Amino acid sequence: MHVPTSRRAAGAILAACVVLTLSAGAGAALARQGDTLVTIKSFDFHPMTITVPAGATVTWKNLDAEPHTVTSTDGAFHSPALDQDDTFSFKFARPGVYKYLCTIHPRMVASVTVK
Amino acid sequence: MNYDPTRRSALRCMGIGAGTLFSLSSGVLSGFDLAQAAQPGADSATGTPLFVQISDSHIGFNKEANPDVAGTLAQSVALVNALPARPAFVLHTGDITHLSRPAEFDHAAQLLSGLRVAELHTTPGEHDVTDGAGTEYFARYGGPSKNRGYYSFDHAGVHFVGLVNVMQFKAGGLASLGDDQLGWLKDDLSGRSASQPIVLFAHMPMWSIYEPWGWGSSDSSQVLALVSRFGSVTVLNGHIHQIVSKVEGHVTFHTARSTAYPQPAAGVGPGPGPLSVPHDQLPRMLGVTSVARAPLHQPLRLTDTALA
Repeated sequence: MHVPTSRRAAGAILAACVVLTLSAGAGAALARQGDTLVTIKSFDFHPMTITVPAGATVTWKNLDAEPHTVTSTDGAFHSPALDQDDTFSFKFARPGVYKYLCTIHPRMVASVTVK
Repeated sequence: MNYDPTRRSALRCMGIGAGTLFSLSSGVLSGFDLAQAAQPGADSATGTPLFVQISDSHIGFNKEANPDVAGTLAQSVALVNALPARPAFVLHTGDITHLSRPAEFDHAAQLLSGLRVAELHTTPGEHDVTDGAGTEYFARYGGPSKNRGYYSFDHAGVHFVGLVNVMQFKAGGLASLGDDQLGWLKDDLSGRSASQPIVLFAHMPMWSIYEPWGWGSSDSSQVLALVSRFGSVTVLNGHIHQIVSKVEGHVTFHTARSTAYPQPAAGVGPGPGPLSVPHDQLPRMLGVTSVARAPLHQPLRLTDTALA
């Protein structure tokens, strides 16, 4: 069967697309939908409340010259002291509301809701 | 609040080894030249040197407000060693380190070992216990308290109590001592003569200086109730990196300078972070507090000395 060159090219493009899609799927395992960045600036968490799907990883980055911690009130997670530009990540496997604070400045409170 | 930033003018520097002596017996701060107090035979004015308070060394901090906190701690150690009368011991009221890292604790210990005093007593700051359980702090300083952090000892007839108010937090609120520690304190003080001078030392202020920044302790009123029957009570704190004093009845409250960097006055700016000042002004805002026993029935005498 004669296959027009253009169709062969289309097939090749289709195959390439499948590969690209698979690649994108592999990438999603590294940076899942719902992964979220929370910044710490001027003695506050930004945003103070976030909602993420179960399995998402939340990363906190401290932009203040003063160190902060990210410490859950029920002991689920506890960062070391984060100096300026340090980050801390935690993967939320289970649904729930996770309240946390900075133990250096306990008036800094925020929460992560996992659905 | 008995705090007037303009009083800083009374703290003008007179070179290393000089400073200002504050008599707090009248409830009003009044300054005397420390050099005058150092004259032979001046004991009746200054009392017997007891100890020196050092605070907030933040070893590990390296930002604009002071890129050389090791250097200023070393200067503070030299200042203590140069005092006209050698103090019996030094109290460090916390934030020895900036990030609770082992290397920071080791560096601080190396610098503090230069103190020519017999003993170093400590209480942790919140920066010293950011590893949660305070593992690094207690591995080094937990001995006297059996790893509780709070403990007491007697020296020259004065009862000293180190308290920990940086490990229990109510989210969104102030730090606290907690019921276990309050119960221990009650037992520790029971049976003591009301005429025995009491010195309480803790990192965070034991009175509300500025709650929005956490400058207080939520259950400090219960502590003060326990010491209310004593005739001479001195409460020494750090944390806020500036001198704030007040007297209430028989209780003298005093926060020490940092050896590392100043912080803004209460409520100025977004939060209680490092305050950058012109380089030549920094040593005037750092220093130590020396405490002397006063004549009978008088409060202890507190003397703040700046690095320059």
